[in-house]
Amino acid sequence: MSKPKVALYWCASCGGCEEATVDLTERLFDLVEAVDIVFWPIAMDFKREDLEKMEDGSIDIAIINGGIRFEEHEEMVKLLRRKSKIVIAYGSCAHLGGIPGLANAYPREEILKFAYEEAPTVINQDRVRPMKKTTVDGMEFELPDFLEYLKPLDEVIDVDYYIPGCPPTPDLTWEAVSKLLSGEIPPKGHVFGSDKSLCHECPLNETKPDEIKLEELKRPHQVVLDRSKCYLTQGVLCMGPVTRGGCEALCIKGGMPCTGCFGPLEGVYNQGAKALSFLASVIDIEDEEKYREMLEKLGFDPIGWFFRYSLAKGMIYRKKGDGE
Amino acid sequence: MSDGDGFEPTIVVFACHWCTYQAINLAGTSRMKYPPNVRVIRVMCSGRVDPQFVIEAFKNGADGVLVAGCHPGDCHYVNGNMKTMRRTVMLEKLLQDMGIEKERFRREWISAAEAKKWVEVVTEMVEQVRKLGPLKLAEREVVMNE
Ligand code: SF4
Ligand code: SF4
Ligand code: SF4
Ligand code: FES
Repeated sequence: MSKPKVALYWCASCGGCEEATVDLTERLFDLVEAVDIVFWPIAMDFKREDLEKMEDGSIDIAIINGGIRFEEHEEMVKLLRRKSKIVIAYGSCAHLGGIPGLANAYPREEILKFAYEEAPTVINQDRVRPMKKTTVDGMEFELPDFLEYLKPLDEVIDVDYYIPGCPPTPDLTWEAVSKLLSGEIPPKGHVFGSDKSLCHECPLNETKPDEIKLEELKRPHQVVLDRSKCYLTQGVLCMGPVTRGGCEALCIKGGMPCTGCFGPLEGVYNQGAKALSFLASVIDIEDEEKYREMLEKLGFDPIGWFFRYSLAKGMIYRKKGDGE
Repeated sequence: MSDGDGFEPTIVVFACHWCTYQAINLAGTSRMKYPPNVRVIRVMCSGRVDPQFVIEAFKNGADGVLVAGCHPGDCHYVNGNMKTMRRTVMLEKLLQDMGIEKERFRREWISAAEAKKWVEVVTEMVEQVRKLGPLKLAEREVVMNE
């Protein structure tokens, strides 16, 4: 019997998700034993032509990380979709847009202008910008275009499963991949991880009272957190209550509140809005002026606080061809 | 249609059943006039308005959104409107950071007796949003089979 074929690919990604795969350590060898890696440009010498030559549907699982920001990403993931039976969005960037999705707060032109003209470290008097096509010494070069916005993977191709996290943990990766390889196929659209919130697996959950009332909010750098007490009750934003569990409370154990990388719980379509709602409910200030002042002083940044990994998904946009 | 271009904004109103919704009724039975641009959604308490609703309203074609509830101290569920207050203050900033002009989102306390205030608030809001023009949102091609 031939081994299942697996492809790995990255798009607009920081490399951390690739690192997470390598962090499977010894299990990586088990994986390599169990499957045939037919495409993994970051680790092995594969070219696009190799992929093009494969038969449609001949790859069993394609694991794709990173968001879609360049034309090239779009082309590559469409190609991978055609060649693969199962496509997995791996990591926050592919799942929700992730950190590079934060750039969606700015239009494309503003990003390019800053990066090529206005950033303090840039000297570019002729205002040279990357061009789609250039000719140097008679040779023509072509670059993939920088798209208007970054999109999560499922807004470009059909996605079967999601492995969340920035990056996903090796344990979760292993669990998901071995499940799929053993034929334990979850329903389409399944997000691996827990179906309960992070609080349920947090060692500090026992110290959290039924009702939380915060008289004051603080930013994590303004307090020395007591590591034996729920961080939220200490007045800092912890995204635990509105974030899918499955990471085994990594950040909490490391002394930091959760920032939400595992994404929303089932039934929540906008993680950031839900987080805003929950934080507003546990604050115990009824005087509007006082409340506004507190937020002002904290440098309230709703996109950074609530949408750190999900702006690309949670942004307000209209679907093309949807009315006016 | 006061403006030459004939743009008529759509304002989605989330109105608390116990106060603003009654004020809207009162405005109707008192034959007060207000612009027909509003689409009123009744909720049992302004505290029921999940910020996701506001975002969905904008995504689905609202040019403005108004959340209206009982005055502080008058909420029928004790402090639902205090949650509304804290959420809407945060939402205000979020929406602006997402590129939606300030005038397009508003929160008001309107009691059951304040039909006049209801009329003033919506008239002013419709005017302001009319001046801004239709909500311009980024358009994205989405290949989703939700
Ligand atoms: S999910 Fe996180 S680790 Fe993975 S590519 Fe994106 S930013 Fe990097
Ligand atoms: S709020 Fe954060 S610190 Fe508190 S129990 Fe939940 S995950 Fe743990
Ligand atoms: S604690 Fe939160 S931010 Fe940290 S890994 Fe887990 S889900 Fe991600
Ligand atoms: S009952 Fe009207 S705002 Fe709560």
